Amino acid sequence: MIVTRTGQFKKSYAADAAIQRTNLQRIAFWGFVVAMFVLVPRVLSTVWINNVNQVLIAVVGVTGLNILLGYTGQISIGHGAFAGVGAFTMAVLNNRWHVPMLVGLPIGAAMAALLGLAVGIPSLRVKGLYLAVATLASQEILSWFFEHMEWLTKQKTSSVDVRAAWLHIPGILNHKFKTDTDLFYLFGVIAVVTVLATENLMRSRIGRAFVAIRDREIAAEIAGVNAFSYKLLAFTISAFIAGIAGGMQALLFSRAQITPSQFDINLSINWLAMNIIGGLGSVPGAIYGATFLVLLPIELRNWITSFRGSYRWLADHYSQIQDVLFGLIIIGFLIFEPDGLNAIWLRIRRFFTHWPFAA
Amino acid sequence: MDAQLSISKLTLAFGAVRALDGVSLDVAPGSIHAIIGPNGAGKTSLLNCISRVYQPSNGAMRFEGHDLSRVARHNLVRTGIARTFQNIALFKAMSVLDNVLIGQHSRMGLHPLPGASGLGRRLLDAAGAAVEPLASCLYFGPIRAREAAHRAEVEDVLEFLELQQVRRRPVGELAYGMQKRVDLARALAARPRLLLLDEPMAGMNAGEKEEMVRFIRETNRERGVTTVLIEHDMGVVMGLSEQITVLDFGRKIMTGTPAEVRVNPRVIEAYLGEDVTRVQEEEAAAGVSATESGAEFLTAFEAVPSAEERE
Amino acid sequence: MTAFWQDIISGVMIGSLYALIALGFVLIYKSSQVLNFAQGEVVMFGGFIAVALVASYSIALPIAFLLTLVCAGLIGLVIERGLLRPLIGKPLISIVMATIGLASVLRGLAPMLWGSSTKSFPDSFLNDNRPIDFLGVPVARISLWSFGFAVLFVVLFGLFFKFTRTGLAMQAVADDQQAAMSMGISVPRVFAWSWGIALVVAAIGGTILGNRQGVDISLATIGLKVFPVVILGGLDSITGAIVAGIAIGVIENLAGTYVDPHVGGGFKDVAPYVVMVIVLMIRPYGLFGSPEIERV
Repeated sequence: MIVTRTGQFKKSYAADAAIQRTNLQRIAFWGFVVAMFVLVPRVLSTVWINNVNQVLIAVVGVTGLNILLGYTGQISIGHGAFAGVGAFTMAVLNNRWHVPMLVGLPIGAAMAALLGLAVGIPSLRVKGLYLAVATLASQEILSWFFEHMEWLTKQKTSSVDVRAAWLHIPGILNHKFKTDTDLFYLFGVIAVVTVLATENLMRSRIGRAFVAIRDREIAAEIAGVNAFSYKLLAFTISAFIAGIAGGMQALLFSRAQITPSQFDINLSINWLAMNIIGGLGSVPGAIYGATFLVLLPIELRNWITSFRGSYRWLADHYSQIQDVLFGLIIIGFLIFEPDGLNAIWLRIRRFFTHWPFAA
Repeated sequence: MDAQLSISKLTLAFGAVRALDGVSLDVAPGSIHAIIGPNGAGKTSLLNCISRVYQPSNGAMRFEGHDLSRVARHNLVRTGIARTFQNIALFKAMSVLDNVLIGQHSRMGLHPLPGASGLGRRLLDAAGAAVEPLASCLYFGPIRAREAAHRAEVEDVLEFLELQQVRRRPVGELAYGMQKRVDLARALAARPRLLLLDEPMAGMNAGEKEEMVRFIRETNRERGVTTVLIEHDMGVVMGLSEQITVLDFGRKIMTGTPAEVRVNPRVIEAYLGEDVTRVQEEEAAAGVSATESGAEFLTAFEAVPSAEERE
Repeated sequence: MTAFWQDIISGVMIGSLYALIALGFVLIYKSSQVLNFAQGEVVMFGGFIAVALVASYSIALPIAFLLTLVCAGLIGLVIERGLLRPLIGKPLISIVMATIGLASVLRGLAPMLWGSSTKSFPDSFLNDNRPIDFLGVPVARISLWSFGFAVLFVVLFGLFFKFTRTGLAMQAVADDQQAAMSMGISVPRVFAWSWGIALVVAAIGGTILGNRQGVDISLATIGLKVFPVVILGGLDSITGAIVAGIAIGVIENLAGTYVDPHVGGGFKDVAPYVVMVIVLMIRPYGLFGSPEIERV
């Protein structure tokens, strides 16, 4: 039962279109953001800040995937490769031509966007599962390319060095991103900006067109939406954001190396799982899914690998247990809660807003 | 007066099956033109050809001088045509408001100069399209203003079709009759000059049908929208339309006024499926006029009196 | 020219194995429109069962083989009942993710049950190392076995679909579920049959593959290869699976010999995907597939 909030009178159409419709929502959101930036560096240990950084990377990546999958209804099994394009472009530009990392990040994302555009072109001729399979092909082909591009990276193996990033504003700032906390501030800003931008995009004409294509493509076309153009746009934007996530991933490995295996089909599958478990087609859903599927394995590993004695066997076989659990969680959500964590949250919220009238 | 929509010898073949076989008809501007016929006659196929769901195998379709077979599906609204669907085809997850806003989609682009045409317009369109994603992400000034302006226009349509109460509800939740109204609202939001309605009354009770008839009539009279509708309810058809085209097995049997269609023996035969000449002979032998008995069948559906006639 | 012929012949041999695995995939897709992303893992699981029966329990190979097939069939039924039945009618992405989840479960379960070291089948008539001379090209015995099995199954399936009631029922369901149901065909039963048979075929593939290269989780990577094969052949065509399987095997080998030197190696692995992209652009339904009809 859908019930609209009472007492919410908007005096203009612009106000009615806002993302946060009540003051409480506004306070909650910005309060959370401010709290995050203030508390995390102070309260959490370095290990945990690193975990949060990983969550932020996944949030960005899955938000991007959500635009294509959740909102436009096109399945992509190749987003890991787009992230890889962003990562490697940034790293190689920095290694070979000394392009500052933070300049290379958007350039890498732009490269990823171009590839996303290319992968979207088959959508003119193929739809549904055939398009999904095409994205699988693009993932495998790009993965192969990452393994065989020593001529481009000028490195001895397929791993690529990543140096530390600088934020250099002449005369004002000369800051090296050395610690996890430094990265956290950067990642936090990127994540918040990405999430807000995506929300804005999805409540605009473009977002409506995406959903219309997802729900009933032919009717959408007849109503005036150029489905092919918008699918290409969805591919491009979502690949761009994936490229940003890739760059973030590379920065996480500053003063170390990134390898092609970090951007293979497993990354694509992980992001798909996060999107679905979190809830397709909703921006908060992407955040929930990313948080859940990044933190759960970490916590689980810490817990299980500490087993001794009669439970030692579990500790030894941890990675297999993780695989089985991953599969079971996905299957469980698909059967019992197909609309994901977001639906669960909305149910809880509805219970409290309707109390004591909850049906 | 020149026909606004002119179909000539339209053929649509799927392998050996001819959904449409050499159909020709003209629709006068500002008129209400009904398409009737038994199931499988090709009525929806005709609408599907005009609205570019299918590409006809043969024949021509012209609308205000444009060759429709060259118009891409997503340019229909720009050309001035909108339609509703037999199975509603709404975007179930979106609200009523968003569904109707999609109808306005083509008219909501960022074109700064409405007067531009040809290559100039295409360049401006492309520039607008390139800028729009980034601008939408930022959701500042021009985007905000545009959304508000179009919301105001859509509210006009919602008010006309009495849908304001449900504007925020997901359409999947609405009753069938309401969903059909939202389908119509979406089509009207496109401000079409030609409106194609595919069984707009299907599944409605008498009260809902009356409302729909009123909406269709007002749209036609007050906004001057030429309307082509497929409908099975004979009363509605006879009462609403100025011209009726009858199809059977993909072929046109006749086009004429309601009065002419009512008494045409071939139309009667198509619906009743009898060998009319045989019946005519038998009845001539028995002293009864064949056209009379056939006409009885069709006049059994009383024409729905229009609002003015009722008063 | 010997390298060329060697490529062709070994390509046909390995291709017949691809074809066998693709056959199971097509069977599942044809009857239930499910893209089985777990096909590779299923093959691997079958191989694990077989090698466990033979190596750990010392059961004679032919009996172990049959037992494996029985187990595989049962697992197929369980998967159909437990995983696919609840998801009937759900959108494509749910079904895709479900099989991906299944793949993950199998990939974790096998090493948990049987350990992660590579296991070998004991020497037998299957994997006798002395190669056989086939038109002047030495061919491993196991390759001939896989080829033989592929041929056997083409024939068996052809007969099955044409002459048995269940086979005809499966074709009817693949064509039009509603019509089949109204004729009294139990659609869930047909789904169960297809999954059961598909898994039996996969298990055979796993046994053969395991004899070639030992059984461990790397066997599952063949699952990704199945996509280029079924796209080239047509997602719902048995003939297509066979023809395309062999074609991909040959193309792979030829690519390895003639293209690899120019691109620094490894092109052999990616060639099938390049073929897949080309097919999708020119003729998306493949050589023998039937086009999908879109409704408004």
